[in-house]
Order: sequence, then C-alpha cells, then structure tokens
Amino acid sequence: MSYAIEMRNIRKEFPGIVANDDITLQVQEGEIHALFGENGAGKSTLMNVLFGLYQPDQGEIYVHGKKEFINDPNDAARLGIGMVHQHFMLIDKFTVAENIILGREPKKHGALDMAKAVKIVKELSERYGLDVDPNKKVEDITVGMQQRVEILKTLYRGSDILIFDEPTAVLTPLEIKELIEIMKRLVGEGKSIILITHKLKEIFESCDRCTVIRRGKNIDTVAISDTNPSDLASMMVGRKVNIQVNDAPYDPKEKVLEIEHLNVLDSRKVDVIKDLNLTVHGGEILGIAGVDGNGQTELIEAIAGLRKVKDGSIKINNDDVTNQKTRKIIEAGLGYIPEDRQKHGLVLDFSVGENMVLQTYYKKPYAQAGILHNKVITKKAKQLIQEFDVRTPSEKTLARSLSGGNQQKVIVAREVDRSPQLLIAAQPTRGLDIGAIEFIHGKLIEEKKKGKAVLLVSFELDEILHLSDRIAVIYEGHIIDIVNPKETDENELGLLMAGRKKGGNEA
Amino acid sequence: MSNLLKKVNWMTLLIPIVSVILGLLCGAVIMLIIGYNPVLAYQSIIESIFLQPYYGGETIRAMIPLVLAGIAVAFAFRTGLFNIGVEGQLLVGWFASVACAICFGHLPKVILLPMSIIAGGAAGALWGFIPGILKARFKVHEVISTIMMNYIALYTTAYLIKNFLYTEGERTPTIPAAASLASTFLANLTQGSRLHWGFVVAIIAVFAMWFILWKTTKGYELRAVGFSPDASKYAGMNVSRNIMLSLTISGIFAGLGGAMEGLGTYQYMTINSAFTGIGFNGIAVALLGLNTPVGVVLSGALFAGLQTGGLTMQSDAGVPVELIQIIIALIIFFVGSGYVIKWAFGRLSRKGHK
Repeated sequence: MSYAIEMRNIRKEFPGIVANDDITLQVQEGEIHALFGENGAGKSTLMNVLFGLYQPDQGEIYVHGKKEFINDPNDAARLGIGMVHQHFMLIDKFTVAENIILGREPKKHGALDMAKAVKIVKELSERYGLDVDPNKKVEDITVGMQQRVEILKTLYRGSDILIFDEPTAVLTPLEIKELIEIMKRLVGEGKSIILITHKLKEIFESCDRCTVIRRGKNIDTVAISDTNPSDLASMMVGRKVNIQVNDAPYDPKEKVLEIEHLNVLDSRKVDVIKDLNLTVHGGEILGIAGVDGNGQTELIEAIAGLRKVKDGSIKINNDDVTNQKTRKIIEAGLGYIPEDRQKHGLVLDFSVGENMVLQTYYKKPYAQAGILHNKVITKKAKQLIQEFDVRTPSEKTLARSLSGGNQQKVIVAREVDRSPQLLIAAQPTRGLDIGAIEFIHGKLIEEKKKGKAVLLVSFELDEILHLSDRIAVIYEGHIIDIVNPKETDENELGLLMAGRKKGGNEA
Repeated sequence: MSNLLKKVNWMTLLIPIVSVILGLLCGAVIMLIIGYNPVLAYQSIIESIFLQPYYGGETIRAMIPLVLAGIAVAFAFRTGLFNIGVEGQLLVGWFASVACAICFGHLPKVILLPMSIIAGGAAGALWGFIPGILKARFKVHEVISTIMMNYIALYTTAYLIKNFLYTEGERTPTIPAAASLASTFLANLTQGSRLHWGFVVAIIAVFAMWFILWKTTKGYELRAVGFSPDASKYAGMNVSRNIMLSLTISGIFAGLGGAMEGLGTYQYMTINSAFTGIGFNGIAVALLGLNTPVGVVLSGALFAGLQTGGLTMQSDAGVPVELIQIIIALIIFFVGSGYVIKWAFGRLSRKGHK
C-alpha cells in the first residue's frame, strides 16, 4: 500500500542532541494524521526534514510511494508538500489575493494579471469553503482569516499534502471549530494533512490516526478510534498524567481585588472597558472567559498600572491603586504572569538568575545601598530553579535559550515566590505542553489554597472550566455575567461570550 | 549545553581577532600594490611602540581619550542606546574643562584640577542628557539627535572661544599649571612624550563602567531597559528615566575624554573647524571591543598604537601615514561584517567534519 508520505527511519542529529532518532511516519492518502508530542520532542525537526529545511543524517522519504530527496523547500513544493506556518508569513499591507500569488504571479503580456489572481483565489476559496475575501487587506482581517490565507497559499501552489504547524494556538474556540471543518473538507477533496499539535482535544475531534513521538523517538502510531485521551497523554509524556483539578473547597475570604465602575480607553482612544465591576476574594480562582479583544488585555494592564484608568477605581487589599505607578502596585501585592511571556515577562537576554529578581532586585536581601548582592541572587535563583523544576543548564543561562515551558516556569517561580496577595495569570499555559500545563495549573491551585486571590484570564475554555471557582464572562468591555463552573457548560459560556444572556436576550 | 555556550563565546571573541588580522593583511596587500614593503612598515610600528619609550608614551597618551570615548559608546550600547554624539560631548567637555581652569586660575591645584575635570564631565553629561530627554519625552531617535548635537557642540565651542577665551593662534590661552594633568615625571620616563596623569582617569572610567552596569541596582535596571523596555515596564521600572540616565552617564565619560585632551595633552583648546574624530573612533573602539570594558581598553590600545606607530612607519618605511586610517577602516569593516566571518568559519568547520 502506498502512503501519501512515508518517512522511514529518519535520524537527525544536532551537536549534542539527537533530535530525531529512527522515526518512522506513515501518512495515508486522504487522512488527517496527527504528529503528537511535547515541545522539544522533535516534531518540528521532523517536519523541517520533510519540508527540505534540514537534511536527514539517515532514513528515506517516500512521497506517493516514490523515493525522493528533498533538498530545499522548493523541492517540497514541487512534490506538493505545503506548510501552514504557526507564525503567519503574510504582508499586512497587501491584499489577500496579492499575498497568495506572491512569488508565483499570474501574468498577461508580462504584466501582473490581478483580475485573474482574484478569480483564482475566489475559486479556490469557494471550492474548499474558506470564505475569504480576496480584495481585503491582510491587516483588516481576523487572525482566523489570516490562517485561511496561509492555507490558500499552499493550495494555490498545488499542494496536496498539507502540514499544519500548531494551527490552533492563535485561534478562538469558534475559529478552531471552523478550522477543523475546513481540514475535513480538504481531506474530502483528496488532500492529506499532517497536524502538528500537543492538544489532545483537537486530535480526537479531527484526526484519523496519530503518531506519538517523545524525546526524538517514535513511541507509537495509533488509530484514534482505538485509543482514548488519557492513554495518548501518557504516551506523550511517558508517565501517568495527573490532570490537576481544583478540588479544594470553595471558601472565599476577604476581598483582595475590588474594581468599581472602571472605564479604560485603548490605544486608539476608544472606550474598551465600560463600567466594569469585579471583585476577587482571597482563596478563589476567578476565571475571565471571553473572546479575544473584548477588553481582557486592557483590564489587566489597567490593574497593573500599565494603562491609564479614565474613570472608576481599583483597590488591592483596600489600597486604592488606581493610576498608581506599576512598582507601587507590585509592592501593594500584585503578582502578574503576562500574556506575552517573551515580550513582557522576561528580559530574554538576561540570565535566568537575573530574571528571577526582575521586580525585587533593588530590595533587601538582593541589594543594599544600590549595590547588588549577586551571591544572594544566585542562591535564590538556584533554589527557585530546583523548587519549580526549571530545566536549565544553570542559573547563568540566558532566558532566551530556554524552551517556552521553562521560560514560563521562570516567570511563575518569580511571581509566586514573591507571595503576592493577588496573582494575575494571563494565558498562563498558551503554547505549553501537557507536562508544563499540569505543573502551572498545580501552582495556581496551590496559591488559591494558600488563601491568595487568583485572577485567571484565558481563551481556553477548558482551562477556565477546569480551574475556576467562579467564571466572569467579559463581553465588549464589561462583565456580562458571572457563572458557577459546576452549573455551566461550553455552550452556555459560548453564548455569553458572544453577548447573549440566558433566555436569548441580547445584552 | 555548556559546551555549546563555550563555543558561542569563543566565536564572538573570534570576530574581532580575525577582523584585526584581516585588516592588517589587506593593508599589507595595499602596500604591496602601491610598492611599499609591508613587513618593514609593520616592523617599524611594532618596534617604535614597544622599544622606543617616546612612542610608547604617546600611544598610552592617545589611548586615554579613545578609551573614554569607547567606554561612553559601549555604556550606552549596553543599555540599548546608540550614542553617536560622543564627539560633541567630548568637545563640550574639552571646552568646559579648559574654561573652568582659566576662569578659576587662582585656586590651588587640589581644588582646581578636580573641579576642571568635573566641569568637563558635567558638560558632557548635559550634552548627553538633552538627547536623552528628547528621546524619553518626545521619542526623538537618539541617533538623529546626537548627530545634530555634534554640530551644535562644534560651532558653539568655536564661538565661545572666539568671543570669550581667544588668544593668538586660533585657540584659548594655555591653562594654569594648577589645572594641568601634565607631568614632568611621566614625560621624563618616556623621553619627552606628552603622557599625562589622565590615564588614571581612564582606568577609573573603565572600572566605573563595569561596576555601574554589573554591580549596582541602577546598572541592572539600565541593562534591563536596554534589552527589553517592555519587560522592564511590566516589572515596574521607569523606562524614560533610565534612558535619560544612560545617555547622561555616557556623556560624562565622553566629556571626561575631552577634559583629558584639554587638561592633559594640549593644555588649551583650539578653534576646531572640523571634528577631532576621537568620538567617532570611539564607536569603532567599542565595536571592536565587543562593548566590554576590557575589550575597549584592548582595542583602544590597538588603534592608538596604529596611529602613533604610523608616524614612524612613514619615516622608516616611507609608507604614508594615511594608510593607517585605511587599515583602521578595514578592521572596522571586517568587524561589521562579523556575520560573514561566522558563516565562513561555520562552513570551514563543517567541511572539516565531512
């Protein structure tokens, strides 16, 4: 039987690391095949080998049953292999059609034939149900739409084997649903798909078969109908996975965060938080659910003193911190795990040790009279690295060279160790693998048990449902409803997130 | 993993070394083409610097402002800022130190000398602070504003000398001995070179850069803001204030460099019709020195040595001294194309494996 893609016994070594060790991947014609593994397991390396970016040290690649040597991405494209990148490679100022034809433009008498381009794009879009407007500029369309443009780019180049690299990382729940439908339709039209992911839910919703790799080795290839999520998770991690549950009884204590009639403008001077009221108590995890762009980011920035409050008040421990300096708010008891960990959470070119004291470097015992006590900082860093299981060669390693999960652990270690009364966690597990997610969820629950207030903002409904004691749904800048996670489900939340209150009334 | 890190460090060190070698080699090729003897030329440079005390002294003398300028650039660079205004900061520092020395000439040396040095540093600080506040408050890019500040410095100092401190020879009067860094002891030691006590100031500055950046909380903040203004802001640091502070401190170093010329080498200031070039060479010194304090000293020594040794090269080997400028330019060119060197070495070592 011939496979759309067959990679046999692939081995790829980098100095000091065997990224792929004897991996075999067989993708049948017309199936959605998941490539499942933790961050750093070797998924990307394997796909880069297939895409011609790396040359394997050993092993063979067969495309539609024929042995091929893929020397560069052009070879891959010629063989009909297309990649939908995680980070979109689009030009914002260009229209959808312009982006799609870029590099292979239809011509008429030597000049660009834009009308034809638009027509081709429209046809492709209709055929696969992508519903993309070829004349819109990329900067004006949503992230989900941009991803469809990426898909169209590969289709336009005639790909019949599509690699999706962590495609759902940037999508909202609804967009994920739509993407899965699109993938199914693509397969229906005879394409084959490799889905790189570390999310179990997607695999069970979309895939036919799944190849699990761990630490560069092939673990198994299984049919999805023959397995279950917890088996697959254990296969990926290599041990039994403990799904962390918020099992501590809900016992709210005094008010820690009190927001009253908050109004905030966004960067374009548009009201983005409108008369928002919210209270978080000690000993609870309050989850904020909502579609991206409904004011979550601005709300957190306002609490942290990073964005000006137009009106209303924010109190932490009865301390009015409205429009105070960030440092003062931090000292008043705020801990903050920012959404963009690389941009806002870490100084990437600082060592892990230096990052551990990013808010406390000027205080005893880390400094005295303006002089740093590097020995104390190193000692603290070593202690936190051990306590939070940060996988790093040493505390002197640059934060930049850690994996995403370990970078997040550095941030969590730093914030939790300061023992803040209020801990804000924004998308704390985005892009992380199961092991790291498990760890970070555990830490959040631990903080709750210690009687701290935890404000969790996440686009992952599962995460919100899983961890929260109360769920506040944010819609167009205010809290549309607060629900009990035990009495709600994804459907109700989904409706609330779209602005519909119970009983079908428009809010 | 630690192996990998060692490799990276070794590679970064490799670039300046290879650049210097390539620069000297290319210089030799140029000499050959024009018809000079490169061996003789380089030999005369090395012999003069290391065997003749006068040239040795002059080399150290030339190093003083170069190192200070290099420290100024490197300090700003370490905090994420590109200070092209070292030349201007150096000029105002030079002028302020000389003016202070002349105006308060009646004071005793213990007061006047430190005061004149401080005046130089303070003037440089002001010249750094202005682009700093422009960037912090109005987001004016420091590269543009510091370049412009160079011209303001050049012509303002010329105007001030002409109208207030003018003496024959298009210059200021000579400063009183009480403000001078010159030393007969050092001059005798080096057979009459202009070596002066300013090297002590330069050493202190080198140490200060290291100490401020890596040992103090302010330095930690400055580096954090330099690497990532966003993360620093989220951590509660005041980004604007740190930008101003960084350029001000950088300006102090540059201003001190000017003061060393005024109080040490020349004992006066001429009306400059063009830039001294020391500030711009400081950029090259910092670049070649990988923006580290020790690296700045080493590359400062190299540039100073080439410049002083170039004079004997002209007399002994007949090679025009301008060739030295070409060699310096070539070295900078190779440092700038460090990526190419890295790439070439990568290719070579990979070939070696196969």
